[in-house]
Amino acid sequence: MNKWPLWEVFIRSKSGLEHRHVGSLHAADATMAMENARDVYTRRQEGVSIWVVPSKAITASNPEHSGELFEPAQDKAYRHPTFYDLPNELKHI
Amino acid sequence: MKESLYQYLLLLGDNAMILGHRLSELCGHGPSLETDIALTNISLDLFGQVRNYFQYAAEVKDDQEKTTEDKIAFLRYPHEYRNVLLVEQPNKDFAFVIARQFFFDAYHLLLLKELCKSKDEQINAIANKSIKEVKYHLRFSSEWLKRLGDGTAESHDKMQAAVNYLYPYVGELPSESPIEKEMKEAGIGPDLGVLRTAYFAQIKSTLAEATLETPQFFGFHSGGKKGVHSEHHGFILSNLQYMQRTYPEMEW
Repeated sequence: MNKWPLWEVFIRSKSGLEHRHVGSLHAADATMAMENARDVYTRRQEGVSIWVVPSKAITASNPEHSGELFEPAQDKAYRHPTFYDLPNELKHI
Repeated sequence: MKESLYQYLLLLGDNAMILGHRLSELCGHGPSLETDIALTNISLDLFGQVRNYFQYAAEVKDDQEKTTEDKIAFLRYPHEYRNVLLVEQPNKDFAFVIARQFFFDAYHLLLLKELCKSKDEQINAIANKSIKEVKYHLRFSSEWLKRLGDGTAESHDKMQAAVNYLYPYVGELPSESPIEKEMKEAGIGPDLGVLRTAYFAQIKSTLAEATLETPQFFGFHSGGKKGVHSEHHGFILSNLQYMQRTYPEMEW
């Protein structure tokens, strides 16, 4: 069972919300991954929907590249929509 | 009638209680983290069902000694337990756990489908609540049965060995005891004769899907429903009853 591939688990907590990454687990295939995810991650009513994805299908950014990937965004405050005056009638924004 | 209903509730509850205990023994010892949690979940589902049955049984009993669910669970003698022999069988290996679970789940689901139509409102409600849990139990155990049966040569052999060992115990589940006959006539319990045919058909088809042989066997073991148990039962009770026997009337 140590040879089972790794899967990433995503749970949607309520209808309308997005799926969120909650953790990973080992399983031999998608069916088993789904059952394991149900047993390991939804025991306390965490969710109404489950996605399982083979971990190897995920391409991750390399931490060594974080300089060129993320730092250029640090001094560009004008990209945030914070320079508008919102009318008072607008709520929930 | 009240005494029969009480006995019938023990019959329903004791199977779940003893199997739940067997599964709880695996807590922290499952073959993998995921299956460990899965088996413990099933155990907890079963204990939840037992509480429902025993709370109702305590109400039905209506005696001078003020019976409670805990007294029913922990302070009976071995011959007063009505569970079938199948659920007492030990956790020899994972294949045994899965075979025992599949044989029980398949029967349990068929039984609950019938109890959902019971004329007894409480039993009817308990069955309707439990049936969703048990549908998942059967999904889990039959999935593993097929996976191991149709897996490697080694997993196939181990699964077949477990099926061969436990099969002689399955006949007791759908064998009508006098209490079950009385409940059938009162419209509270199902006709086990009908259920028996469906049960064996299901065993056969799932085992075939798992590329396993259904053993040719006709002399099924029985006795549990009458309170005559296997050698394993006393060991289970000595564990299960330890706290209540050592510290009478203790509470959590």
